[in-house]
Amino acid sequence: MAVTTQTDRDDSAKAVLRASQLSKYYEMGEVKVHALKNVDLSLYEGELLVLLGASGSGKSTLLNILGGLDVASSGSLFYGDQELSTATASELTQYRRDHVGFVFQFYNLISSLTARENVSLVTDIAADPMKPEEALALVGLESRLDHFPAQLSGGEQQRVAIARAIAKRPRILLCDEPTGALDASTGRLVLSVLNQVNRETGTTMAIITHNAAIGRIGDTVLRMSSGEIVERSRNDVREDVEHIEW
Amino acid sequence: MVNRGAGIVGRLRVAALQRKLLRECWHLKGQMLSIALVVATGIMTVITMRGSYESLIEAQQRYYNDMRFADVWSSLRRAPDSLRPQIQAIPGVALADTRVSFLATLDLEGLDAPAQGRFVSLPERSRPVLNDILITRGRYVDAATPDEVIISEKFANARGLNPGDSLRAIINGRARDLDIVGIAISPEHSYSVPPGSLLPEDDRYGVLWMSVRALGPAYDMDGAFNEVFVKLAPGTNERAVISRLNDVLEPYGGYGAYARRDQPSHMMLQGELDQNRVMGTAMPAIFLGVAVFLLHLVLGRLITTQRGEIAVLKAFGYRDAEVGRHFLMFALVAVLAGALIGTLGGVLLGRGYIGMYRQYFDLPGLQYRLSPGLLVMALAVSLAGAVSGALGAVRKAVRLPPAEAMRPEPPARFRPGLLERLGVGRLLPASGRMILRNVERKPVQAFFSSLGVAFSVAILIIGLFMFDGVNHLIDLQFRKIQREDISVSFLQNVSASAHYDLGRLQGVTRVETYRSAPVRLRHGHWSRETVIQGMERDGVLRRIVTVDGVVHPLPAEGVILSQVLARRLQVKTGDWLIAEMLEGRRQSERVRVAGVVEDFLGVTAYMDLEALHRLTGEYDVISGAYLSVQADERSGLYRELKQVPAVAGVASPASMLESFERELARNIFISVGFLVGFASVIAVGVIYNGARIALSERGRELASLRVMGFHRREVATLLLGEQAVVTLIAIPLGWLIGYGLAYLMVESLQTDTFRIPYVIAARTYWVAALITVAAAVASAFVVRRRLDSLDLISVLKTRE
Ligand SMILES: Nc1ncnc2c1ncn2[C@@H]1O[C@H](COP(=O)(O)OP(=O)(O)O)[C@@H](O)[C@H]1O
Ligand SMILES: [Mg+2]
Repeated sequence: MAVTTQTDRDDSAKAVLRASQLSKYYEMGEVKVHALKNVDLSLYEGELLVLLGASGSGKSTLLNILGGLDVASSGSLFYGDQELSTATASELTQYRRDHVGFVFQFYNLISSLTARENVSLVTDIAADPMKPEEALALVGLESRLDHFPAQLSGGEQQRVAIARAIAKRPRILLCDEPTGALDASTGRLVLSVLNQVNRETGTTMAIITHNAAIGRIGDTVLRMSSGEIVERSRNDVREDVEHIEW
Repeated sequence: MVNRGAGIVGRLRVAALQRKLLRECWHLKGQMLSIALVVATGIMTVITMRGSYESLIEAQQRYYNDMRFADVWSSLRRAPDSLRPQIQAIPGVALADTRVSFLATLDLEGLDAPAQGRFVSLPERSRPVLNDILITRGRYVDAATPDEVIISEKFANARGLNPGDSLRAIINGRARDLDIVGIAISPEHSYSVPPGSLLPEDDRYGVLWMSVRALGPAYDMDGAFNEVFVKLAPGTNERAVISRLNDVLEPYGGYGAYARRDQPSHMMLQGELDQNRVMGTAMPAIFLGVAVFLLHLVLGRLITTQRGEIAVLKAFGYRDAEVGRHFLMFALVAVLAGALIGTLGGVLLGRGYIGMYRQYFDLPGLQYRLSPGLLVMALAVSLAGAVSGALGAVRKAVRLPPAEAMRPEPPARFRPGLLERLGVGRLLPASGRMILRNVERKPVQAFFSSLGVAFSVAILIIGLFMFDGVNHLIDLQFRKIQREDISVSFLQNVSASAHYDLGRLQGVTRVETYRSAPVRLRHGHWSRETVIQGMERDGVLRRIVTVDGVVHPLPAEGVILSQVLARRLQVKTGDWLIAEMLEGRRQSERVRVAGVVEDFLGVTAYMDLEALHRLTGEYDVISGAYLSVQADERSGLYRELKQVPAVAGVASPASMLESFERELARNIFISVGFLVGFASVIAVGVIYNGARIALSERGRELASLRVMGFHRREVATLLLGEQAVVTLIAIPLGWLIGYGLAYLMVESLQTDTFRIPYVIAARTYWVAALITVAAAVASAFVVRRRLDSLDLISVLKTRE
């Protein structure tokens, strides 16, 4: 697959998500936390975006807003022609249901369901899903179908979470520190799965990490600090996951 | 948490969400069961108590119809049969019947105390027009054979008498041997209490039916009658008929007609049914209310623990309605399981309950029957309760923005609570301080948990306090009111000189005579037939005693009314009444109400004996006497008095007390058994669920402590200490609620014939607290076992 360059994209690639001037405040009694300040951002079809930044810099807040889990205090957000910043709660639910997959730092699997059933939970309500087994095979867990979360290692749990997120063939996959709770080699494994999904299915992806080295696997790298995007860079060539220093 | 049973559930073709439901219900089976049991007790009380009430009413109506139970009754001295058409002609009378009825002494083998028989005549041909009897064994009497008798079933059972046996009675002073040909029951004598007694004494008192051809001549009642009853035409004014009947019977010594509601056996049954109705409404309402409250509490907390899972479901696009429905299903599963258990248990219990009634009242064909309407009602109420309980929590959980719910719940912000700031904390060890802070951190939750457990205490109190009331009553009746050893009543009034005759009997140390004068008391257009009890003013064996056990002095003039009677007549102290005497010269006199006392025995009027003499204009008559007798002479005196033809009855409070207490002990045993069960279900429902939820909320924290080297016992103390605090707070709270509910029950259970005294013994409070604590300890023990087997690694590995 050819690596798309920035100029190509600006001319021809479609922006799946377009955000402009997004801000988010949290009222904490008298204190007002400014978690996100006037963020402009576009996420393009098939792109792999890496969000870097120190803890508390607003990465999760941004990702949650992009995924329709939360709404911005001001600014606008478009998914294609649909304006998410003014959408109702049930429209946001429908948006998530049809188009978004999530992977969380702490996996958030349902502990009473097996790996296969955790994936079914999502395929049950999707329009054109993969078979759960197929999704689990994609993450290399075909032999762990009937294991409960407590019977899986952290890396395996995270891969189940990825299978769960991709099984409905979402247009956008949002991953909040998917390797944050994992050791280096397991983290690398998880990242290569995500990378592979992005390449093979063309799923648009945003990955949060506070590990700067991971930035090298993405097409675009944004660095956040105090709620603002302080740096944007682009990789002409995406580094192989195996070559990432941890 | 590791789940087993994936195989079974997994193989079914069900959506993952349903699988989650099934598996989590299984995983939470202890909690689900305890919630289900709470619902079950609510439904069970409805099905048992209300269902029994409905069954009783139905059996009563059927029995009354089949036996043509009369509407209006009157006794009289003697009237010729020729008066009957005149009674029949009273407007509104559909049917009328007459008969002869007398009390006589029975001479029974192996019985020191005298036995009495109520002899009732049966028509020569065919069956009675009204007040028929139901032969349960043997046959009807043959008018041609004069000594044939049918006896009442309870008496037959108590004495082991059967058709074919014989029985000796002293009829009109002459001993006669009677042949028992049949055993029967009748609604008039469902509950038959011998004269002067409070409770049935089936081995000393029975009803005997004989042909009027045999009974009439024996009492000089040939072609005459001394009892009449009437069936009213539909829509008739009962009071008008009663008043006309009184007029007709007046010249023949009518004692005053009364309506069915004043017929003693009906009154007892109706009183019991009224109680049953109130209890069948109050108890289920309390239980269902508590069940609904607990569902609220427990399901709410259960759902709160699933906050993370709700967020995941929402993140993946499950709609609020879908998430809400999923969690409501937990409530539905618990309610349906509870309904099933409750219905089955309720039907079984209802049958047992009805079985108990069958021993007291013979209502033929009395059977527990569950009406579908009742079941639907109970189900609907519990469902509504469960749904409303779960809905609140579900709505709260669903309303949480998913991004927020995803974030682990912020670490609780602890600060020294009020108690600690007051310095209590310094007295506690570190673990004590942790427990205290946990309770103080969520004071509302702790309060509601305590409130839940408090209901367990309260329910025990309202169950147990009724026995306190009865005990109080017994104490009052047998130690403060009836202080004689033997009471004697005469067939007819006798000369006051009997006082000296009785005093000369062997062993008698004190004699106090009394006169019972049947009377109709009138005030305006209110009237009531009763008896004026004339007592010796300086008497010590019988006195007027109020509910509080205070002796009320007997004034030299005027009448003292019991409160219920005063209310019926709409009079107060100082008012004047018209007293129409119903025997002797039957004149009417004005009499002043000298006082109103709150006593337990319904509708009595008391008067000084001398004043009563002046009122009636008869100075030399008494109806009976109370005797003090030396202990070793009592049984000899029984025998002697039994031989005296003029004596109608001899009663001994001691033997009454004995049968009363035997009866009571059994009732207490059964009722307390159920109450303990119900209260435990509630206590366990709150404590067990509270501890289980705390365990899942704080599992990681506790597991970390274990990893750091805390002992199991120390960790258990932290977890269960909170429940202990909840229980301790619950006890005084429960006492308070129980006290209030008991008061409400006393108020609503009050009938003319029955009042539960509002007395709660200190012991009741302690027993209620103790049982609740025991249930709490038992549930803590179960949770402790779960805590001991906590899988440290899996708790730390997964995030709930
Ligand atoms: N629900 C909330 N209430 C109050 N403050 C919040 C909330 N969520 C996030 N914040 C604050 O917003 C800022 C950004 O948070 P977040 O986006 O989670 O950072 P990151 O993911 O980069 O670590 C932080 O200062 C955090 O404390
Ligand atoms: Mg974050």
